[in-house]
Amino acid sequence: MKYIDEFRDGEVAQTLAKKIAAIVEPDRRYSFMEFCGGHTHAISRYGLSDLLPDSVRMVHGPGCPVCVLPIGRVDMAIDLALNRGVILCTYGDTLRIPASNHLSLMKAKARGGDVRMVYSTADSLQIARDNPQREVVFFAIGFETTTPPTAVAIQQAQAEGLKNFSVLCCHVLTPAAISNILESPEVRQWGTVPLDGFIGPAHVSTVIGSRPYEFFAEEYRKPVVIAGFEPLDVMQAIYMLVKQVNEGRAEVENEFARAVSREGNRKAQDRVAEVFELRREFEWRGLSVVPYSALRIREKYAEFDTEKRFGLDYQSVPDNKACECGAILRGVKRPQDCKLFGTVCTPENPVGSCMVSSEGACAAHYSYGRYKDMH
Amino acid sequence: MSGEVKRGYVRPLDLKNGRVDLTHGSGGRAMVQLISELFAKHLGNEYLGQGNDGAVLPAPTFGQRLVMATDSHVVSPLFFAGGDIGCLSVHGTVNDVAVMGATPLYLAAGFILEEGFPLADLARIVESMAKAAKDAGVPIVTGDTKVVERGKGDGIFITTTGVGVLPEGRDIGGARARAGDAILVSGSMGDHGVAIMSQRENLTFEAPIESDTAALHGLIAEMLATGADIRVLRDPTRGGLAATLNEIAGQSGVGMVLKEKDIPIKPVVNAACEFLGLDPLYVANEGKLICICAAEDAERLLAVMRAHPLGRDAARIGEVIADDHHFIQLVTAFGGKRIVDWLAGDQLPRIC
Repeated sequence: MKYIDEFRDGEVAQTLAKKIAAIVEPDRRYSFMEFCGGHTHAISRYGLSDLLPDSVRMVHGPGCPVCVLPIGRVDMAIDLALNRGVILCTYGDTLRIPASNHLSLMKAKARGGDVRMVYSTADSLQIARDNPQREVVFFAIGFETTTPPTAVAIQQAQAEGLKNFSVLCCHVLTPAAISNILESPEVRQWGTVPLDGFIGPAHVSTVIGSRPYEFFAEEYRKPVVIAGFEPLDVMQAIYMLVKQVNEGRAEVENEFARAVSREGNRKAQDRVAEVFELRREFEWRGLSVVPYSALRIREKYAEFDTEKRFGLDYQSVPDNKACECGAILRGVKRPQDCKLFGTVCTPENPVGSCMVSSEGACAAHYSYGRYKDMH
Repeated sequence: MSGEVKRGYVRPLDLKNGRVDLTHGSGGRAMVQLISELFAKHLGNEYLGQGNDGAVLPAPTFGQRLVMATDSHVVSPLFFAGGDIGCLSVHGTVNDVAVMGATPLYLAAGFILEEGFPLADLARIVESMAKAAKDAGVPIVTGDTKVVERGKGDGIFITTTGVGVLPEGRDIGGARARAGDAILVSGSMGDHGVAIMSQRENLTFEAPIESDTAALHGLIAEMLATGADIRVLRDPTRGGLAATLNEIAGQSGVGMVLKEKDIPIKPVVNAACEFLGLDPLYVANEGKLICICAAEDAERLLAVMRAHPLGRDAARIGEVIADDHHFIQLVTAFGGKRIVDWLAGDQLPRIC
């Protein structure tokens, strides 16, 4: 595959691995957080940590859309599907997120809820057109990557006068989550989570650009290297981060220049700004309530806001007490530190959200790396 | 006045515009007509022609054992590049019998039809089954048809059951893999599932992706004729290579190490998987087999496989190791290591 195989080349990887090994300083330990689930998945799937020196440790971040969705939000969607007679459309992994009463959207579907997996917002618009007598709700989750398509869908629904379509908006913002981690006592006060730098998001950055990360580099003195989701991108980013740390720099560098500019995608940003506004606060799984960290639909498009149309109120629901997803999402614990990992909590029966998506830290470690814990 | 009763004129089945209705399954004339004008016409053979509730078949010779397998088919769409539910339902069951090391002899077929299903589609499917059965040399000797109300089925479901004979002394099964054995595959992985999925999603590629659906007993017979010590044969259908190897590892109580760069995957299948977010190791095949054999027999078997049209791209992809945890490890082309786990959830529903 042109433009893909080049970024998975095993020989180049060996060369890069040697370059990294050559520049790590013997007495230093390096701890980098890859913010995105896409990076977490690439690291696990390609066995990338086998190519890194022991002194470089990767900490998994919260950038996995289904991982950070709190139970209360999934409960809202399940309620719509089971009790309000709507056709509930959403992206694949969302179906398996564990919610209250041992339910998930997948289980709600088996109980008669009309839940449909879609590949794009366009699919859900089509379902609304095909079922004019039914209410169709798009359960919109994800970071800045998935937000513009939702904005387009809402505008298109308005242009077509589609009366039976609405969006349960749970879109969240990357910079707010990074700030929250950097401000956490484990990082800032106690230093129990050493963080020497970040691998910045790939797809999110194509939309928001590299500029939003400049604040973190300046304010918190943490280097950020934006990287693509291919394994060589990640290796190159780690090399660049090690270099910055060695040289005492804290800058935003862009490894993913083939797709990311400083300004990002202005057209997409404008669309999002046209349709959405900031929520004063939003609950994240793992990070708890984070101020100005999510989007809601503007008054102008209120008729497409599921929360308003159905008069929904958000109820916070606590996670399973033994589940360590919260600490894992903040980089405080590793999947294998959780008592439930691999025993009660498996990809077939996830207790916490990190075990759901292949981008989740627990699922990635379970599916690709757990043999290392046993050998 | 003549005492003769006139024979009622029976209008032939309208195979162009006609549709299945509830009378086609109700035991009356309409059902008899469907059977005679469609099923018997295409599938006809001496056993089916007996016209009884069951087929009377010759018994195997002394020392032989019977192998029996069954498989239900619910694939959507019914017609796909490289095949359809008809030939798939023949190949699937023939392969299940053949990978036991048995010679498949007979098939039974059960049809569940949905009211309103076009007779033209049914005819196309039955013709395809007939051709597949004839090519395989395995006749469909008995069958059944039921019709369910509109909305209670999805067009057509087909269940086939196969019977074959296993010669004395032959022992092939999932529990026989031993540390040191070689793992072979007969060709590229993931073709069937990706063909179905790209059709469902209306994806087109420069090179069309076709299902690999095929009956493997001919290839298997040639492999067996080498006298090699074949421990395990299995066709990696749902869940693909990953699920099948995990199954075998569990049955045999062993682990495995695979080399990613040795696993044959067509570039176009890889590209489609990339696009659809699938892992080709978990995607279904319908005309491929996995063979685990004694390491010293591996190259000899590979040569025989590659000489057969269904095994041209056969490859040695790894080896069996001792591992109490039964992990399937993969040395990635990138140079790292990981496990290839059971599939969690459902990557692709209604694939076969």
